[in-house]
Amino acid sequence: MDITEYFSLVFTDYTLRTITLGTALLGAVTGMLGSFAVLRKQSLLGDAISHAALPGIAIAFLITGAKDSNILLLGALVSGLVGTFWIRAIITKTHLKSDTALGLILSLFFGFGMLLLTFIQKQPNANQAGLDKYLFGQAATLVESDVWMMAIVTGICLFVLLLFWKEFKTLLFDADYTKTLGFNTKFIDILITTFIVLAIVLGLQTVGVVLMSAMLLAPAAAARQWTNSLATMVFLAAIFGAFSGVFGTAISASQNNLSTGPVIVLVAAVFVVFSFIFSPSRGLLFKQIRFIKNRRDLELHKTLAFMHHIAETHENISHPHAIKLLNNFQGFTKKTLQKLVEKNYATIDGSMWSLTDLGFETAANLYTKQSTEDE
Amino acid sequence: MKNKTEENINDSEPNKETPAYSGVLAVKVDDLTVAYNYKPVLWDIDLEIPEGVLMAIVGPNGAGKSTLIKSILSILKPIAGSVTIYGKPYDKQRKLVAYVPQKGSVDWDFPTTALDVVMMGTYGSLGWIKRPRQKEKKAALEALEKVGMLAFKSRQISQLSGGQQQRIFLARALVQNASIYFMDEPFQGVDATTEIAIINILKELRKAGKTVIVVHHDLQTVPEYFDWVTFLNVKKIATGPVKDIFNDDNLTKTYGINYKVSIQE
Repeated sequence: MDITEYFSLVFTDYTLRTITLGTALLGAVTGMLGSFAVLRKQSLLGDAISHAALPGIAIAFLITGAKDSNILLLGALVSGLVGTFWIRAIITKTHLKSDTALGLILSLFFGFGMLLLTFIQKQPNANQAGLDKYLFGQAATLVESDVWMMAIVTGICLFVLLLFWKEFKTLLFDADYTKTLGFNTKFIDILITTFIVLAIVLGLQTVGVVLMSAMLLAPAAAARQWTNSLATMVFLAAIFGAFSGVFGTAISASQNNLSTGPVIVLVAAVFVVFSFIFSPSRGLLFKQIRFIKNRRDLELHKTLAFMHHIAETHENISHPHAIKLLNNFQGFTKKTLQKLVEKNYATIDGSMWSLTDLGFETAANLYTKQSTEDE
Repeated sequence: MKNKTEENINDSEPNKETPAYSGVLAVKVDDLTVAYNYKPVLWDIDLEIPEGVLMAIVGPNGAGKSTLIKSILSILKPIAGSVTIYGKPYDKQRKLVAYVPQKGSVDWDFPTTALDVVMMGTYGSLGWIKRPRQKEKKAALEALEKVGMLAFKSRQISQLSGGQQQRIFLARALVQNASIYFMDEPFQGVDATTEIAIINILKELRKAGKTVIVVHHDLQTVPEYFDWVTFLNVKKIATGPVKDIFNDDNLTKTYGINYKVSIQE
């Protein structure tokens, strides 16, 4: 199946439709919530939470013996939340920095989860096969009820986001100040964190424990490059996330045996790289272009100022001077002189140059103009 | 006659202005003790701030100046002590109090505009869930105008200079239309123009009968800017009118190198 075939089948084929919808929803909800994680400088929180969810999955299986994904994800949710609150407790109660706390919980829970998984695999229970899909995710196992679950969570998340938008925004920007306004910042904080955990747990089946944090961060990091408004950033992150889901699914479905989760993450990474380079205001490319252009303008202005300095010594400002004189000025090149002529600031006659009235006036006003532009 | 001329001169000097001290206490702090770990940062602070003063809190680094403000505002939880605002617990009087945090306490690369930040000042009176409307926006624009930042209302906050960012923070507090203002080093890292703009706003606030408490570092300007001062170095050294207590004795007590406090005392 190639990609065009995929897009013609996606609306009719049950499996393809389910997986595509599922990954799109997942991308949207993690993108939205990821914006908050990124702006709170808690980028690694997602990684810690997803790893912390693993033992929950294993324990839920050990207790129930069933492989129903909802029950396993409930286990993941519980242990994800436990991990999150331990992280918070470590940060507030000890001197450890947050990255240490995150790393500690991540590896502890993940190690414990792996231990349980290997223990389960040694059991004579035929049912145990396939639990390891939560490590790297397996989008193909998504069924309609999973998608409904994602749709409901995305809906609730969107609703809560709109409801508490102003509270979320102030908390993200200035938590102490928000507290003095009389808001219960702990409640807002727990609300955000709970939703982040929920979104991560939802994605475990599709993307897996190991790559889940990328779903949270990549769309948000890409979106930040394009806008200076929080609302737009959250919206863009959701769009980028959804598209990563759809394109990732399309690519993996059209190339046999490509695992969906990693492809989705790679597509999201492409969004990030593209945004880092091509965003008009923050992107590397335009930053560099602006930098070079500014430098050229400055060089041009400095040359003009130098010429003005020479021309000033004569009563007649358009009195011709030798081009040789300009070699004393470091920033001077033939090209800048050519440019000045093009701009009608100067004229060249053989090996002599002279300023035009326009050029003289511009040069005289250069500094004052520069300083007014600054402010 | 001679007396009268003297009075006139006195009147024109900002430091000799009589504070609008009405006998009402705006803020009362009792036995406040705060510790981060084992060492107390603030020890047994009793502080009475009369209504209508423009007060500087001065003291060396680590004296607990910011901590004092944060504890009064319940951002930090004290080990002991109580705070009342106009005779009632702070919790019931939040709407009377506005806070200007240190400029460096937030990430200015946050995706938002100057107007948006100032709008946050209206959130407290709006309460949960309710959205700001035209009325709130108007108030925010007025506050921006007061601090001379109206032209920058749509500017992304990271593209503002340090002084401009400080003015945005000030505008955000002004929007709250509070009775008491707590400001944590509003003059830090701002240029002369902004400093003058800020001090003019502070004086206007006092004229309107507000109480303003400022953590301040520049001792030179204390007599010029403020009429009330509190010396703080873990313990409260002194508090009162600048003209009475701003002297070498208190400065030495506050900044003296041998000054130390410990729990054993």
